[in-house]
Amino acid sequence: MKAKVYVTLKPSVLDPQGKAIKHSVQLLGFETVSDIRQGKYFEIAMDNGVSQEKARDEATRLAHEVLSNPIIEDFRVEIEDV
Amino acid sequence: MKFGVIVFPGSNCDHDAYHVISKHVGQPVDFIWHRSTDLSTYDAVIIPGGFSYGDYLRAGALARFSPVMNSVKEFAAQGNLVLGICNGFQILCEAGLLPGALIRNRDLHFICDYVNVRVENTDTPFTHELKAGSVLQMPIAHAEGNYVCDDATFEELKREGRIIFRYCDAEGQTTDEANPNGSRDSIAGICNRERNVMGLMPHPERACEELLGSSDGRDVFRSLAGTLAAAA
Repeated sequence: MKAKVYVTLKPSVLDPQGKAIKHSVQLLGFETVSDIRQGKYFEIAMDNGVSQEKARDEATRLAHEVLSNPIIEDFRVEIEDV
Repeated sequence: MKFGVIVFPGSNCDHDAYHVISKHVGQPVDFIWHRSTDLSTYDAVIIPGGFSYGDYLRAGALARFSPVMNSVKEFAAQGNLVLGICNGFQILCEAGLLPGALIRNRDLHFICDYVNVRVENTDTPFTHELKAGSVLQMPIAHAEGNYVCDDATFEELKREGRIIFRYCDAEGQTTDEANPNGSRDSIAGICNRERNVMGLMPHPERACEELLGSSDGRDVFRSLAGTLAAAA
């Protein structure tokens, strides 16, 4: 079982890194790019035999308590059978 | 009166804080390794600057899980004084002892420079020896010092007089140019509601000797010591 956690800055929080990347990308001529926000991605290997529900609960708790700071970030969890 | 300076893997201003307490405040002080959990012999604890856990994940995020942090929470809940400087401020926010968060500087760069900071509130255990409205020169050295919080927290901080320091120019005016990292309303330091926990990004412990450029930070430690002396 694998959990994938995506951590992104809340829309209201300024993302200076995303802004800098967008600026460079636009200088390169990618004219259709209007915005870039940078985030973090985690792959979490979980014991085989864990149920989907249990894996989702654990990964959600982990994302909430450790991987993200709820004051500035949102997260999304995906569970994958591998 | 006894001080403790907490040492995480990656702390690098611990010796500066130790030096200031022993030489300038003239009080006993210990280093406390982050695996210790007994703070019962201390009257005040300093969480120093540095790069605890290499700033991995987020600045201060992993230090929060060190064993000593549970003890720091209890220590603070009992009303004891906790001062977080730079990375210490980031750790206190991550640990929920102070509201808000410190994110990447507005202009992305790591900034190592002297800044001017205005004293906003002298009615705290950390600032009563300072003059309200006075301008202190202290160094900053951080990449994640951009203070953010939601509107409700911001209103609460203002209403309760918990914004202790603001970045300003040499005349004491808070302007965009004088705000080095993009912090909300130029906030450089705040305290908790009970006023016994304070965090700030500038380094008062590196501004305690004229020879090194400024001694403006000394009164922060004098205030701390004065508070403890009065309570003894």
